[in-house]
Amino acid sequence: MAELTEELSLVKAEEPAVAGTDGKAKAQPKPAAVSAAQPKPAATPPLDVPTGTPTVIVDDLHIIYRVYGAASDVEKGNAVNALTRILRRQGRPQMKEVHAVKGVSFVAYHGDAIGIVGRNGSGKSTLLRAIAGLLPPHSGAVYTDGQPSLLGVNAALMRELTGERNIVLGCYAMGMTPAEVKEKYQEIVDFSGIDEFVQLPMSTYSSGMGARLRFAISSAKTHDVLLIDEALATGDREFRKKSEQRIRKIREEAGTVFLVAHDLRVIEETCNRVIWLHKGKIKMDGDPKEVLAAYNKG
Amino acid sequence: MSQPESAVADAQAGGRGGQEPLAKLAARYGLRRAIARPRFPVYVRQLWERRHFILTYATSRNVSKYSSSALGQLWQVLTPLLNAAIYYVMFGLVLGGKGHIHNYPAFLLTGMFVFTYTQRSVTAGAKSISGNLSLIRALHFPRASLPLAYTIQELQQLAISMGVLLVIVLITGEPIALTWLLVPVVLLLQTLFNVGAGLVMARLGASMRDLNQLLPFITRTWLYASGVFFSIQEKVVGTAHLPQSVADVMYYANPAASYIEAMRDILITSDGGHTPPDSVWISCVFWAVFALCFGFWYFWRAEERYGRG
Repeated sequence: MAELTEELSLVKAEEPAVAGTDGKAKAQPKPAAVSAAQPKPAATPPLDVPTGTPTVIVDDLHIIYRVYGAASDVEKGNAVNALTRILRRQGRPQMKEVHAVKGVSFVAYHGDAIGIVGRNGSGKSTLLRAIAGLLPPHSGAVYTDGQPSLLGVNAALMRELTGERNIVLGCYAMGMTPAEVKEKYQEIVDFSGIDEFVQLPMSTYSSGMGARLRFAISSAKTHDVLLIDEALATGDREFRKKSEQRIRKIREEAGTVFLVAHDLRVIEETCNRVIWLHKGKIKMDGDPKEVLAAYNKG
Repeated sequence: MSQPESAVADAQAGGRGGQEPLAKLAARYGLRRAIARPRFPVYVRQLWERRHFILTYATSRNVSKYSSSALGQLWQVLTPLLNAAIYYVMFGLVLGGKGHIHNYPAFLLTGMFVFTYTQRSVTAGAKSISGNLSLIRALHFPRASLPLAYTIQELQQLAISMGVLLVIVLITGEPIALTWLLVPVVLLLQTLFNVGAGLVMARLGASMRDLNQLLPFITRTWLYASGVFFSIQEKVVGTAHLPQSVADVMYYANPAASYIEAMRDILITSDGGHTPPDSVWISCVFWAVFALCFGFWYFWRAEERYGRG
């Protein structure tokens, strides 16, 4: 507990996460970078505000996940244990609540490209899903202009089907009309660069080709607010350039882009503002260079 | 632990430098909450706008479902046929369920195919939300699209098995009759019922994770109660000497029995034949309308909660 309190004093208001992850937090005490741990006020106005009206407002957002996972080591899932648990009227041990986002507030403006950085499990993806309106907030609220959409039709695609069928399926899943699908089809094939592989099932694709097709499909639609979760990590260099250009284009066309990536270079090149999430809270928010420098030190 | 929490809240409020609260800022620029359940008419319209997705999703699932097995789509016909063969031997021959039923093979197969359609729709519906959490957490669409697509997928499969059924019924010696034109009407009513039942099961399956384990037992009990391989009338009134009202309840309170009865009356006409009596029609229509309306309303009520896990 001593370590934990120490950490608490460094990182203001660091609430221990779920009971389950508590131990983990203790096990790897942070290389406490005192300079980085001084949180800047979270709602610093972003640098080039004046151009824009707000498009996304996140107001003291808390997200609590319910996770059904394997039981702990103590209580492996055998039938006798399950029965005694029911008899004693205990809840399912498999069900855990994860407090993934703890009181995040910020305002995003028209024309912003916001990078979100943080360690694994710091709540980046959860925050994106909440902004997209796919995860109901536990408390607080997300206000948006138009419909934010997550870049990622992966879940709708089926590996056994040909690229051709998947393009059509993916486009419909994003809410296009048949006319739009017809119009975009060739563009998607060209952009992904998979050529004649479009006739083959996606299960035969290399991971790079699959990623390219998925990015091509999901970026075919114009979005008011676009949320990108690690989409640029895969693909070769040429394709990465292409997709960076496309993100820039989307940013010009529409409104606001949120980008989660572990590759900080991508964030530095595409974003004009970076939010650093740490254990579900905003640790820093502002100019990419400043935040990334602090993040690299921490 | 609550003290540092509020400390940061204060810090943040201070950092905003006396700006207006975020909720007010949002209201001033006309921003809306990201999660909100649309009103029911709007919801139905959104669903209609997604019809291409629903159809494509159903077809795609059908194509990919059997892509790994050698016989492929043939299983859609083989499965109910094999089931019917087993039931024919067990209940028709060994246990003598055949009784005085006219043209037992046609009687059994009609019951089997019609019941299988409803059973599969209900089972698929229960998995439609809980089995697609990643899709629900990634994209926006009216969630009812999923159970709908699953029922349509079953309907597409039924179209094939219905063709097989008609051929078999002809082989067993039934004449083609004008009443066969009523087959699509019964199927339409049954489909409406299945959609409604699928929607109800989808919401239940999303919150009750043990439902999928229980369902096989529930549907098997349902199968036995629906008179698929025996005549309810004959067993209840004839063998068990129960009053006629018990048999009536078993026919009309059980949608599956109603649809099976209607379909048999239409297809099996060589015994002199009669079209389904009014009471059967009323039951078929009632269950279709009731299930559809209740199913949509019930599913819509939890629209914003699906996907939370």
